[in-house]
Amino acid sequence: MKRILILGAGTAGTMMVNHLSRKIDTAKWTITVVDEHATHYYQPGFLFIPFGIYSPDQVRKPKAQFIPSGVELVQEKVEVIETDKNSVTLSDGRTLEYAILIIATGARIVPEETEGLAGQHWHDTAFDFYTIEGATALRDRLNGWDGGNLVVHIAEMPIKCPVAPLEFIFLADDFFRRRKMRDRVKLTLVTPLSGAFTKPIASGVLGHILEEKEIDLVPDFEVESVDGSARRISSYGGKSVEYDLLASIPTNMGDSLIERSGLGDDLNFVPTHKNTLQAKVKENVFVIGDATDVPASKAGSVAHFESDVLTENILRFIEGKPLAEDFDGHANCFIESGNRKGFLIDFNYDVEPVEGTFPFAGIGPFGLLKETTMNHLGKLAFRPMYWYLLLKGRPMPFITTQLTLRGKKISKEAQQWRP
Amino acid sequence: MATMKYAGISVEVDDEGYMTDHSQWSEDIAQAIAAEEGIKLTDDHWQVINILHDQMNTKEQLPTIRSLKKLGVETKRLYELFPGGPVKKASRVAGYLKPASCV
Ligand SMILES: Cc1cc2nc3c(=O)[nH]c(=O)nc-3n(C[C@H](O)[C@H](O)[C@H](O)COP(=O)(O)OP(=O)(O)OC[C@H]3O[C@@H](n4cnc5c(N)ncnc54)[C@H](O)[C@@H]3O)c2cc1C
Repeated sequence: MKRILILGAGTAGTMMVNHLSRKIDTAKWTITVVDEHATHYYQPGFLFIPFGIYSPDQVRKPKAQFIPSGVELVQEKVEVIETDKNSVTLSDGRTLEYAILIIATGARIVPEETEGLAGQHWHDTAFDFYTIEGATALRDRLNGWDGGNLVVHIAEMPIKCPVAPLEFIFLADDFFRRRKMRDRVKLTLVTPLSGAFTKPIASGVLGHILEEKEIDLVPDFEVESVDGSARRISSYGGKSVEYDLLASIPTNMGDSLIERSGLGDDLNFVPTHKNTLQAKVKENVFVIGDATDVPASKAGSVAHFESDVLTENILRFIEGKPLAEDFDGHANCFIESGNRKGFLIDFNYDVEPVEGTFPFAGIGPFGLLKETTMNHLGKLAFRPMYWYLLLKGRPMPFITTQLTLRGKKISKEAQQWRP
Repeated sequence: MATMKYAGISVEVDDEGYMTDHSQWSEDIAQAIAAEEGIKLTDDHWQVINILHDQMNTKEQLPTIRSLKKLGVETKRLYELFPGGPVKKASRVAGYLKPASCV
């Protein structure tokens, strides 16, 4: 028996387990998946926890529930990957050999990367909402808060779900309006980007919404340090912004396992072929989800599209066929904008988000790059879809793996957009 | 695409003024592009530019702020040398395309 070894049973790893267990020849192959944690978190739900919209119970389920019988689930931390030996060592000293390795260890926040951020003020006046601990601590803090300066701050790119900081600040605006205290709160978004978002057309539209909601934008801010006592963040360029509450998106990095194994770039992301998802280090190693260095968004929807391509490529690899260069960087993200409205953006490596309708040209029901109630409902529907379709490797209704231009208002600029 | 004259030489640049053909680059051109950015090149600037050349020659990849730090260029100093976007500006002066930004 040969082994397909999957590291990480998060969004991407779980999808690969489900795809592969249906497709491979079980007389010849076994699948083993390793994860250090027993609980699966629906990370997009973290965004709603600080505002009391979701409870922690709505965003967690046991990982084992999503692993089909016949697949071996090992709960242990992975210590090191040795690609020259085709083996992996776990923290308990066990060694697992593989014929094919799939790295799906994701990305995590590392507040220690910014001087002063992780100090004694962490989860007291400075918070994250990218972990369950951060999101619940922030919820508790917001509950008794009577107003002041709330600053949302992005340390550096890339981050998971690059629209999440915007969504957070839109939801904060809505939260304080409902509590009739918006006039006592100043909202500021501080970002290293030159605008509200990474892609030009969407950045313009979303920047306009910030203005409408009276949210200040401080662009081009490369953070140097955080002074927790003075409640101030300072940039290398000599700018500073004061806060009463800081909602920070710290540096996102791949797991330290990648560094220990000598497989990553500066941020511990694994160099990966952007169309086949094969690792550059060795033929029998593949990477999926937030763990890769491909220039696509780090999002669950991206991992979903990647899983279709990667499943095909693992089957091709087993049969000795050339890999399909089918992954186009497709991302499809709902952006919650508050007041029961939302946006939807659909883009890939080459085509930036534009206006239009989705998934049916001229019909929708979703409006691309437009603020609608339907998009908000789409965002809420994403949670059950995530648990019942995505993780199980089932297709999302009417959404194709590759980006389609149908229904999109494509200008020449949008199509020639380069990162 | 456009043609610009730097130090008396015509060079090809893209819409944002980044050189598209590195083989046209010279130290005089670097001085002229830097002047356009409001920078007067000192030894410390050249240290960074040389690292960029080195990395492109060996790895075909521009360094990041983080990797420059590992190579001995303090981030604070880097921002002093090339205010604003250090890697972007250093790349432009060193005669390379704008480094890919994030998504
Ligand atoms: C606040 C927030 C909002 C988001 N909103 C959206 C959204 O609206 N839409 C969207 O599409 N995406 C969204 N995302 C992004 C999405 O959650 C991630 O892109 C997705 O979960 C990535 O899947 P992954 O499998 O690569 O990583 P993960 O799901 O993080 O899984 C990685 C797994 O690897 C395990 N692991 C790591 N290292 C080791 C080790 N050394 N040993 C053993 N196990 C290990 C971890 O325990 C984890 O289970 C959001 C993320 C956040 C944080």
